[in-house]
Amino acid sequence: MLPTPDYSHLSSKDFEDVYEPAEDTFILLDALEQDAHFLRERKPKICLEIGSGSGVVSAFVSSILGGSSALYLATDINQHASQCTLRTARQNKIQIDPLTAHLSDPFSPRLENQVDILIFNPPYVPTPKDEAITGQGTITGAWAGGQDGMSITDVLLSKVQTLLSNTGVFYLVAIKQNDVPAIQRRMLEHFSLNSEVVLQRRAGREHLFVIKFDKA
Amino acid sequence: MVRLITHNLLACHAKNCTSNNFPLQFKDIEIELREAEFNPDFIRGFLPKLEWKALIDAAKQLGDTSLPSEQPEMIDDEFLKNLHHVLLEIHIEEGAMICPNCQHVYPISNGIPNMLLAEHEIG
Repeated sequence: MLPTPDYSHLSSKDFEDVYEPAEDTFILLDALEQDAHFLRERKPKICLEIGSGSGVVSAFVSSILGGSSALYLATDINQHASQCTLRTARQNKIQIDPLTAHLSDPFSPRLENQVDILIFNPPYVPTPKDEAITGQGTITGAWAGGQDGMSITDVLLSKVQTLLSNTGVFYLVAIKQNDVPAIQRRMLEHFSLNSEVVLQRRAGREHLFVIKFDKA
Repeated sequence: MVRLITHNLLACHAKNCTSNNFPLQFKDIEIELREAEFNPDFIRGFLPKLEWKALIDAAKQLGDTSLPSEQPEMIDDEFLKNLHHVLLEIHIEEGAMICPNCQHVYPISNGIPNMLLAEHEIG
């Protein structure tokens, strides 16, 4: 079993502004670990995590693949989160290139058809629509997902097909209220992306899912 | 952090800025060199993804002239090591990146570029 990356350098002060790793983070790590062999086989060169927060997910992928075998890019709309991601990289003696950015915006068009592993643990909690918009860049933005919890996720979903390389995979965290079957159906119909639920579990009030998409 | 490998993938995405928006130009930068583990397979695999001229120009701007102006046909170890250094070991800590087209300024602070746009600049 791979250890969770060290984030002991982050304090409760950091977690006032940046999402603290929680059940949704850990189910994503578990899903990635379960796929470790599959991921190594694909020999990924470019990994892009959207909304990297504390940075533990990208750090974990680096420990699966080996730090020097891929480029780890991480965006977050919250600059405190970008700082935490960088600190987590240094704490774990790996290289992650964090950027403060909206989703994958600054990588267009250069990353078209180039991303081998794309990861998004989005703000998925259903809230009034305004909250997802006004919360962007703050701790509220780390969880407030607007209508059906899909306001932010939907924007990224429309770009996934363009970003993924031919052998690329996309991991998305969702909860039951996001309507997982509808997400899968939409991605197949609109973008010809296949998907499967690779892990699901109940954690407190949340029924969490990790969905994996690819072009196969 | 901004390394030249990442810089080579970034373009300006401000509203209506769709041509001549790559590569971003460095301004008033401070750099730090940090050693990274050399993985020739990774460097070789990344070669076809690079915009070579943009990389060479950026490296020159940072004072590194170790790479040839055209990608060589013969890939030897010395070339891969130079490329490794240019792509992965030069860290831009402070300064800014500027769009050659619309002059939008993307600041870099504590090693992190801020690529966010204001509301009215979003396309």
